[in-house]
Amino acid sequence: MNKSRGYIIQGIFVLVAIIFSVRLFLLQVLDDSYKTAADNNIIQEEIEYPFRGLMYDRNGEILVANKAIFDLLVIPAQIKNIDTARFCGLVGITIKEFDAKTKKAKAYSYVKASLFIKQISLEDFSKFEDHLDEFSGFVLQPRITRSYTYPILANALGYISEISKYELSKDTINYYHSGDYIGKSGLESNYETYLRGLRGKQFKIRNVRGVEKGKFKEGKFDTLAVPGFSVTTTIDRALQEYAEKLMKGKSGSIVAIEPSTGEILSIVSAPSYAPGLLSGKNFSKNFSTIKQDSLKPLFNRALMAAYRPGSIFKIVQSLVAMQEGVITPYTRFKCNTNLIGCHNGGSHPFGTSEKLVGAIKNSCNPYFYQVMRKMVVQHVEDSPYKDAKIGLDKWNAYIKKFGFGAPLGIDLPGEKGGLIPDSKYYDRAYKGREWKFSNIYSLAIGEGENLVVPIQMANFTATVANRGYYYKPHLVKSISNTGQPLPIYTKKHYAGVDSAYFEVAVEAMAEVIKSGTGQYRAKLKDIEVCGKTGTVQNDPNPDHSVFIAFAPRDNPKIAVSVYVENAGQGARAAAAISGLLIEKYLKKDSAALYFEPYVLKGDFE
Amino acid sequence: MKRTDGLVNQLDWMTIILYGLLVLFGVINVYAAVYDADSTSGFFSFSHNAGKQMAFIGIAIIVAIVILSLDYKIYDTLAYPIWIIFIVLLVVVMIFAREVNGAKSWLEIGPFRFQPSEFTKFATALALAKYVSKPNFKISRLKNAFSVVLIISIPMVLIIAQGDAGTALVFLMFILVLFREGMSPIPLVVGVASAIIFLLALLVENNFYFWTPVVVTMALAIYLNRKSIKRAALIFILGAAIIGMYHSVGYAFDNLLKPHQQNRILVLLNPNADPLGAGWNVTQSKIAIGSGGFGGKGYLKGTQTKFDFVPEQSTDFIFCTIGEEQGWIGSMLVIVLFTALLLRITQIAERQKWRFARVYGYSVASILFFHFMVNIGMTIGLFPVIGIPLPFFSYGGSSLISFTTLVFILLALDANRMQRLAH
Repeated sequence: MNKSRGYIIQGIFVLVAIIFSVRLFLLQVLDDSYKTAADNNIIQEEIEYPFRGLMYDRNGEILVANKAIFDLLVIPAQIKNIDTARFCGLVGITIKEFDAKTKKAKAYSYVKASLFIKQISLEDFSKFEDHLDEFSGFVLQPRITRSYTYPILANALGYISEISKYELSKDTINYYHSGDYIGKSGLESNYETYLRGLRGKQFKIRNVRGVEKGKFKEGKFDTLAVPGFSVTTTIDRALQEYAEKLMKGKSGSIVAIEPSTGEILSIVSAPSYAPGLLSGKNFSKNFSTIKQDSLKPLFNRALMAAYRPGSIFKIVQSLVAMQEGVITPYTRFKCNTNLIGCHNGGSHPFGTSEKLVGAIKNSCNPYFYQVMRKMVVQHVEDSPYKDAKIGLDKWNAYIKKFGFGAPLGIDLPGEKGGLIPDSKYYDRAYKGREWKFSNIYSLAIGEGENLVVPIQMANFTATVANRGYYYKPHLVKSISNTGQPLPIYTKKHYAGVDSAYFEVAVEAMAEVIKSGTGQYRAKLKDIEVCGKTGTVQNDPNPDHSVFIAFAPRDNPKIAVSVYVENAGQGARAAAAISGLLIEKYLKKDSAALYFEPYVLKGDFE
Repeated sequence: MKRTDGLVNQLDWMTIILYGLLVLFGVINVYAAVYDADSTSGFFSFSHNAGKQMAFIGIAIIVAIVILSLDYKIYDTLAYPIWIIFIVLLVVVMIFAREVNGAKSWLEIGPFRFQPSEFTKFATALALAKYVSKPNFKISRLKNAFSVVLIISIPMVLIIAQGDAGTALVFLMFILVLFREGMSPIPLVVGVASAIIFLLALLVENNFYFWTPVVVTMALAIYLNRKSIKRAALIFILGAAIIGMYHSVGYAFDNLLKPHQQNRILVLLNPNADPLGAGWNVTQSKIAIGSGGFGGKGYLKGTQTKFDFVPEQSTDFIFCTIGEEQGWIGSMLVIVLFTALLLRITQIAERQKWRFARVYGYSVASILFFHFMVNIGMTIGLFPVIGIPLPFFSYGGSSLISFTTLVFILLALDANRMQRLAH
């Protein structure tokens, strides 16, 4: 009997051997997760951050460059016998913060590097660098942040900062890692994929104490960082600087376009901020200060603010009415202030009967009431309601061809489209009740529901300067990989109005400057400027001063739209600024800049 | 001369070959375990564990030869004195030894250090064999049973007192020997059952899942045995005892085990709970072995063991090196070699006519089995982490020489089994 117990014992031995064999088979052959875990243990990915592409102005001056900052990383397993108090003193944190940060790093990994302090400036870095060898477990990793040659163009350039969780979740190709910098606004955001370059990666093998033991698979998977593409912007640095100087202390915007190309020479949104504030260590602090500013410096008025177009819109109305054939340049309407109010006086008393050019020059509201009525009420239907719908939609299609009513598609994020109402809009607004021309006539003079964005006004001015077409306004002249702007910016867009009618508009705009009331502030010696005032009603606050202009009349080089909020008549602030900008751009250093003190003083009396 | 020829012919070469293969495979892996590509010291350098292990192998061979050349009868004659000497040494160690890793188990004489507890295993095996082979020994006799418990438990208690609970647990395996020599299987069954209940109690979170099967089985068993009130009562008591034990485990666990021992058991049950702390050893050990795959990463190409992710990689966790570098194939080779050796030793024990030799043989098998089971079991997450070496593989002179002694005394007894018969 006891002999058989020998077999039981042998059976136990064999049973254990079988259990082990099966368990090992499961662990080693069937379960792959341990292989991954083993690689995670030893492989440490080191990232080499690429240089972000630079930004130049149209003449090759550097606007945005890179500067190095340093992140301090910690590998908890390597911390050994360091003088914590001394360390904290050098990097400027308390021992309590040190403990908390170390604890957090340990929770992530003992053997992998975690971020300890981010964005140490070059100055702080040099203080600390010499002592780094005393503190095992701490390493400095260079990062790239932005530096700016001039404190201008903040809104258009945009800024970069750490990628958000939401942005990470949208990154389907997994290009970004948590902690990476990404363009958040302006050109930095719009040209992110060109500017960012390609991250270099090195896979290092490390032992449990984090000591490097060579390259993973002899560096088979390692890659070098590739710098991002640089972009040459369309901005004229000197003009931009001057435009910002003129807008100092004011709210509003300036857009200056080269009509023959659609290139934006200058784009200002005031008030603004110095772009350097949103770069580097103090980003968070500065960002919240800027964001909380009640004047909204981060709000790019040039493309985000929608205003009623005001009298400037009379040029647009003239063009589409001539094209539609409802008026000719010789059509006269009486200045009948029973229809709508007018600014009578001087050469334009009540009851005058102007031709088109005169009506534009004197900004005659009743004239354009009649023009609009002819556009909308074409008697194709018996019902005045149905007739108004057909007329309004025809008008709407004309206006939209000029680039109004929808974002133009410039190469900056956040552009607004404004509003050009159509019949559906009023059907919704009147909730099924009927409407006809008498309900919507204020559209005629650029008031009512019309909303336009400053960039659209600048684009319209360029269209008039070109006598009928425009290129979409854009801020990048060439990207270094192709030497070209993005293809959509080399396509001509026609406004759908014959160039002969544009000559009438040009003539009228030239007259406005020559002999219109008070527009003398935009008049320049030796340069024939064409322009139009706009005074945008802004009850109960003071009116916005608006002016569009281009020059010279023949072969125009610059088209501008200027908005100065709450500054009263367009003939004052905006006209003066337009004149100064045109003169500055065309005459450079020999510009007389007669109205500069008037603009800088800023009360516009 | 003639006697030597006779001895060579009588030796069980199968065992010696298995022993040799294990030792050889062992030292090769000790070299791999601490291999450092940056270091220039070679295989035989004494600055290297493998070099030292080679020296230990040399000593082990000398010890083996000495054991074989001595008169086989002295192991019987000196069984008690040897046991007493090591008991005394254990006491001496406790008084004089320095504490290493929480245990006072190293005796230092000049440059040499050794662990008496390692050698107490074969001393106890000898004493047990001597006592059980007494002419009128009967395990069922209370006096005999008591003496057996003393022989086993005195060294056990002393080793526990040294703080080396792992090594002490080895002595529990003598229960297999006693089972073979006629002891009732009940203690064995109860022991295994208790261990299972213990683990279940820690593992099962909802008591309902434990109660239901136990109560249902009990009710069914009582129903089937309803004719015999005595049996039904016994079943009821058994069931009640199981549930009672189940509910007392929590108390025993919290009060009888040290925190690090509690951790080791909890980690076994759920290694992912604290992978960087208490679970580090088991997690890293499994990663090393698991990443070996079918054929392994290749000799000296292991990363987890080389880069010190696995702790104690040349001693207690030597199996990780094999698992990582030699894969499933290499692991199986170790398991097959060990199982073959265990079975061979059992067969040798069975063929002894002399009870002393047979009991000793089973003791050798049981001790080796325990080390094999617990050591490999812990590296693959089947046993709690108990710091005992893998025989013949783990780096360390005391353990190698003690296992060699253990095996070669059996071979000496076996080689002379015919003479004993004639005797």
